[in-house]
Amino acid sequence: MVSARETAGSVPDPEFPALTIADLGILRDVREADGAVTVTITPTYSGCPAMAEIAADLRRRLERAGFREVAVRTELSPPWTTDWITPDGRRKLAEAGIAPPGQPAARGGPVLVPLAVPCPRCGSPDTRELSRFSGTACKALYQCQACREPFEHVKEY
Amino acid sequence: MSESESEFDAYLSLTDVTEDDHRWAFGTGFADPLAGVDVTLQAGVNPSDAAALAERCLALGDDALIYSHRLQQWVTRAPELEEETALANIALDLLGQARLLLTRAGQAEGKNRDEDQLAFFRDEREFRNVRLVEHVDADFAELTARLLVFSAWRLALFDRLTADPDPVLAAIAAKAVKELTYHRDYAAAWVIRLGDGTDYSHAKAQAALDALWPLVGELDLDADAADYLDAVIAEATLTRPSAPPLAPVAGKTGRDGTHTEAMGYILAELQSVARANPDATW
Repeated sequence: MVSARETAGSVPDPEFPALTIADLGILRDVREADGAVTVTITPTYSGCPAMAEIAADLRRRLERAGFREVAVRTELSPPWTTDWITPDGRRKLAEAGIAPPGQPAARGGPVLVPLAVPCPRCGSPDTRELSRFSGTACKALYQCQACREPFEHVKEY
Repeated sequence: MSESESEFDAYLSLTDVTEDDHRWAFGTGFADPLAGVDVTLQAGVNPSDAAALAERCLALGDDALIYSHRLQQWVTRAPELEEETALANIALDLLGQARLLLTRAGQAEGKNRDEDQLAFFRDEREFRNVRLVEHVDADFAELTARLLVFSAWRLALFDRLTADPDPVLAAIAAKAVKELTYHRDYAAAWVIRLGDGTDYSHAKAQAALDALWPLVGELDLDADAADYLDAVIAEATLTRPSAPPLAPVAGKTGRDGTHTEAMGYILAELQSVARANPDATW
């Protein structure tokens, strides 16, 4: 029988279907006792509309895997950070053409100065930010000056 | 066309999510945003503390809800697609904060009201948002200046709330701080770009600050937020206005439920569908 942790960890993220919720660090804890499973997840952003979908998917998969009692808890604290994206998750992001996050920028002067984001396609560090935000709250839009391809970047957060 | 294609129903496909189908639509499956969070009020909390917590959460939730709505109104009207995406994302973050805070307010007041009851079925005088968030932006310069003031103020406020005695409010604040830092940075970059830009953009940016300043008095800016705003205004080669605060009406401001004319129009748009169909689910 597949373990509860493996089953919960296989749930894909609705916004990054190539990555699982374990890859993204959204899955915080899985506890199993006498066939009952308690899963703890955390939202990426306060307004993340995918939480209900993730919780429903977790219940469906765990019940199908034979766990009768499934409870999904949400945890707000400590808040999610891109540091929780696993090395595997970062690799999958890059393979999907999305530049993974670097180190979170320090808060200091009036405007944050982001570090260079290498192009996920050709690797060139010569890229520029087109927009601070992209299709979802957690990404920014960039363009590579070398290969000219636009790409998304998961913001340091 | 195969049979399965001919039976394809676009509407059904938006709501009917199957296990192997990763398609999923915004607008379905909304649940209590604090579902699963331990929301029990601390043991020994007395009724006046619970009422004060409810008031705190309501005021901060209303700020986010009304401002989010104002930002959403810029969608399809922004000067560039990239800015529109940015504003929609900022509005989504604030809507998320509003949902969490209104839900918490409802739990603390103990009258069995959830986030929807509080957002859609209260009248204008029951809203506790500051008047700044109701303001109609005359142009993009006002939009960015207002976002700068709002996010600098709210960030400083939420930095302090991370130490709130209520663990749920403290956790909501800790999440929001990261979002607000990014919003403030986005707004500051624009204010500096416009202020330190052409003569025309400079004049527009200064006019925006001048127009907004009477509403800033109501915010009770702390030293951190005031210093930050001064630094950005200086970097943008703009002048900090000295206009006096917008006067209270019979001693009352937004936090007391007294609002500007703009508020009624926002609520009409925000609440009309929910009030016409109070039992609808989506």
